Amino acid sequence: MDLKDLYREVILDHNRRPRNFGRVTSANAEAKGHNPLCGDKLDLTARVQGERLEDIRFEGQGCAISTASASLMTEAVKGKTRQEIAQLFEEVHELLTDPSHVPARDLGKLMALAGVAEFPARVKCASLCWHTLNAALGSASAPVSTE
Amino acid sequence: MRAHSAAAQSNPVAASTFDSARVRADFPILARQIHGKPLTYLDSAASSQRPRAVLRALEHYETSLHANVHRGVHSLSQWATEAYEGARETVRRFLNARSTREIVFVRGTTEAINLVANSWGRANLKSGDEILITYLEHHSNIVPWQLVCAATGARLRAAPVRPNGEVDLDAFREMLNPRTRLVAVAHVSNALGTILPVHDIVRVSHARGVPVLLDGAQAVAHHRVDVQDIDCDFYAFSSHKIYGPTGIGALYGKESLLSAMPPWQGGGDMILSVTIESSTWNDLPWKFEAGTPNISGAVGLGAALQYVESLGRDAIVTHEQELLARTQEALSHLPRVTLIGTAPSKVAVVSFTMEGVHPHDIGTILDSEGIAIRTGHHCAMPIIEQYGLAATARASFGCYNNASDVERLVAGLAKVRDMFG
Repeated sequence: MDLKDLYREVILDHNRRPRNFGRVTSANAEAKGHNPLCGDKLDLTARVQGERLEDIRFEGQGCAISTASASLMTEAVKGKTRQEIAQLFEEVHELLTDPSHVPARDLGKLMALAGVAEFPARVKCASLCWHTLNAALGSASAPVSTE
Repeated sequence: MRAHSAAAQSNPVAASTFDSARVRADFPILARQIHGKPLTYLDSAASSQRPRAVLRALEHYETSLHANVHRGVHSLSQWATEAYEGARETVRRFLNARSTREIVFVRGTTEAINLVANSWGRANLKSGDEILITYLEHHSNIVPWQLVCAATGARLRAAPVRPNGEVDLDAFREMLNPRTRLVAVAHVSNALGTILPVHDIVRVSHARGVPVLLDGAQAVAHHRVDVQDIDCDFYAFSSHKIYGPTGIGALYGKESLLSAMPPWQGGGDMILSVTIESSTWNDLPWKFEAGTPNISGAVGLGAALQYVESLGRDAIVTHEQELLARTQEALSHLPRVTLIGTAPSKVAVVSFTMEGVHPHDIGTILDSEGIAIRTGHHCAMPIIEQYGLAATARASFGCYNNASDVERLVAGLAKVRDMFG
């Protein structure tokens, strides 16, 4: 177990300067995530156009892992379709929970979260945003109109 | 019991000299390494570790004495009963209760408070009545009252806490009123370490005829407790916070109150006779102990209390107060560290935050150095939220900690600061 595996430079950077922080104006999807054990809170807002996630932002308070994971996630999913996001969710889930897992493809900056799998107590911190995104996309399941 | 412990009991001079290296050596788990580093255990407020004396008592009970209690005529059953009731006498002595009839074994503090809420509460509360707690309570001294309030129509009120972590006693006094039926407060705050002025709280409550329950979970191991001197009506504590096993604890209740209270759970051991139509209740304290109890747990608790007595309760308090002063002094000089809870009267519980670093990250980095602390809301969300926080880092000490643990904590926090720049 090496701390540097958990707190990689990308993680520390996204914790210090979270991307897509705030709220999406004219959002049509929203969900709140809460980790009752540690008090982490996350508020995701998104705009979904048909099958595609056009914009997403988050706010809330949490540890470096949960903040960086949410920041990285918003970058990774913006512009993707529901199906692409579902696929990515599965890949990230394996990355976070299975230390021996070798991803079938390069997940880009999300690979910085690979160290989390060595810290079982912190998996929930990293996965909170993904579960919250699932809930948000579920809330937008009704057909979305342009205006 | 170890030889030096027996000597300490018979020699008052020995009891006053606290050999912290020797005490630490009494706890086998403290010799193990965590991530290749020596263990600095600073999470005793969540659960303390157990000394060899407790482990041996458990093994002796399980290998030589076990059978069901209060049942058989055979030898093992009698020995088990003697061990179980012997532990009750140890608890009585430790709290200085008048009688073992006032000591009910329960699963822990939480169950003790639920017992009072369900038995005393449902029998005595009605719509419009009030229960008075404080803002610094552990959830186990909040939620049972919310449940009984929902069932009876009573109302739960909480006295405010000052920024330094002290209960606002003036506000508390004002909130005591003719509708108040019960006061239920912590003896010591688990999140902040504040020692509450329980003598004053009991005095002003009794002046209005209101009984007082004290949640002693964080107090018994770190502060002298004498229920007759405090004059509280109920006192609850858990074994695992005072070097005993989990799953056992005790409720002290004044005999006059316990006698008048109905049972809260039915089953074996709590009855004198049963017909299909009705039953009659056993005497105190067994009226409140339905079913086969945690016998070995009680034996372990008894051994833990004897261990604490052998070290000398005042000597433990003195030792831990030194560690508290040293830790608060050191942390107050660290850049970007803020102490949460700085009441003048505290046990060795130090809650803190570090600007720019979430407590969980502090906890993970310290863990990599072999240092175990608690991070989060400490099951006391109302008081943590009052500070505008969702979580703190908390270092809490026990009799086995020493100055080197404080130094390692400070060095670990320097590493946290380096990492988060």
